[in-house]
Amino acid sequence: MKPPPFEYHLARSVPEAVGLLSQLPNAKVLAGGQSLMAMLNLRYVHPDHLIDINRIPELDGIDIQDGVLRIGAMVRQRRIETSAEARAAAPILCEALRHVGHRQTRNRGTLGGSLCHLDPSAELPTLALLYGATVHVAGPDRTRAVAMADFIGGYMTASIGPDELVTAVDFPLWTNDHGYGFSEFARRRGDFAIAAAGVLIERASDGRIGKVAIAVAGVDAVPVRLGEAEAMLRHKAASDELFASAAETCLSLKAIGDVHGSAAYRKKVAVAMVRRSLASACERAGRGSAR
Amino acid sequence: MRSCNVRVIVNGRTYERTVPPRLTLADFLRHELGLTGTHIGCEHGVCGACTVLVDGASARSCLMLAAQADGAEIRTVEGLKGSDGVLHPIQQAFHEHHGLQCGYCTPGMLMTLVEFLGENPKPTAEEVRDAISGNLCRCTGYHRIVDAALDAARRLAPREG
Repeated sequence: MKPPPFEYHLARSVPEAVGLLSQLPNAKVLAGGQSLMAMLNLRYVHPDHLIDINRIPELDGIDIQDGVLRIGAMVRQRRIETSAEARAAAPILCEALRHVGHRQTRNRGTLGGSLCHLDPSAELPTLALLYGATVHVAGPDRTRAVAMADFIGGYMTASIGPDELVTAVDFPLWTNDHGYGFSEFARRRGDFAIAAAGVLIERASDGRIGKVAIAVAGVDAVPVRLGEAEAMLRHKAASDELFASAAETCLSLKAIGDVHGSAAYRKKVAVAMVRRSLASACERAGRGSAR
Repeated sequence: MRSCNVRVIVNGRTYERTVPPRLTLADFLRHELGLTGTHIGCEHGVCGACTVLVDGASARSCLMLAAQADGAEIRTVEGLKGSDGVLHPIQQAFHEHHGLQCGYCTPGMLMTLVEFLGENPKPTAEEVRDAISGNLCRCTGYHRIVDAALDAARRLAPREG
């Protein structure tokens, strides 16, 4: 179908976009459009106003300062995927982005758009949660920095006001020799994940697991961190048995089933994804290959 | 704005139109400019038939507003053939390898491969499959499209060397 009628507004700056958002009733932000345009065409949404933020240069930067990778909300997924800076600092981003839609959608789709859309199967919100990223949000009167865990409001719902705009996301970087693993199972290339898991590991000086983070997509209504599994792994020597029992904690997650897979099936797939991601993160950790 | 001025360069030619905001780029190309080579399949970003190049990058034209293309340079399947009427090497390879049957997905396949082979002139079959994963074909079973893409890469190679 075709989109319902709306008025179009091209914002040229963050204050202009936020101003429009606070003045106009029933307004939606148009970022990369790879979900919103489909929802418009299917008439799932009927905004009276669309505010296009594609021509706001200040939302378009990638830079690293003081151990933090900051990516602007409107940076295209394909640019992150192919960014030498991002690859060196946070290689899991590039690895996971290969699973995000297809080349044509990654050419348009953005980081901020994916975080605000917050599909439970989506890779980028899961990675932001994995990193404990900070989401920068601009409103009409103030800006605020929100931890990703708090930014996740519920099923496909970001904790963001109707007059607020995501401007950038900060990923606190792990050590240069951290290990990373990202595994995903989908029915077809580029489809939404049945389940996916991202893992980051830093080894302690004695070779044991030091810092560890695990996040899972596609199982619960929102991406989740596996706190229990992380605690099981911390300060332990890595082994297949340990990874298997840590991964098994997925079975106690809340899960939603749909036409693509039952809740029980999604959890079983998640177990396998976590185990695989743990294995590859552990293999890469501390060998300097993760630079 | 209830109407938008759009000035675009499509296949080297400049067009200027005033359009309603909700018009997609795909419908703009087909109905405003009469460039019906760009096909519309699903209209929600799944089938890839409407893929065009926007400033050199492949994009689904059903997931962009015409208004957003203002100032952009767009390439569609109509722009592949040379002015002498000679098919583009990718088109010629599709022709020779039977890379199409009904032809509905073909414009999207071609435009996707133009970008992909530009970035990756010597792909493996697996890389080609990944590149066209966002383009659905219900006729060929994809094998012959992959064959055509690999052959097209060989045809394009000497030019780039």
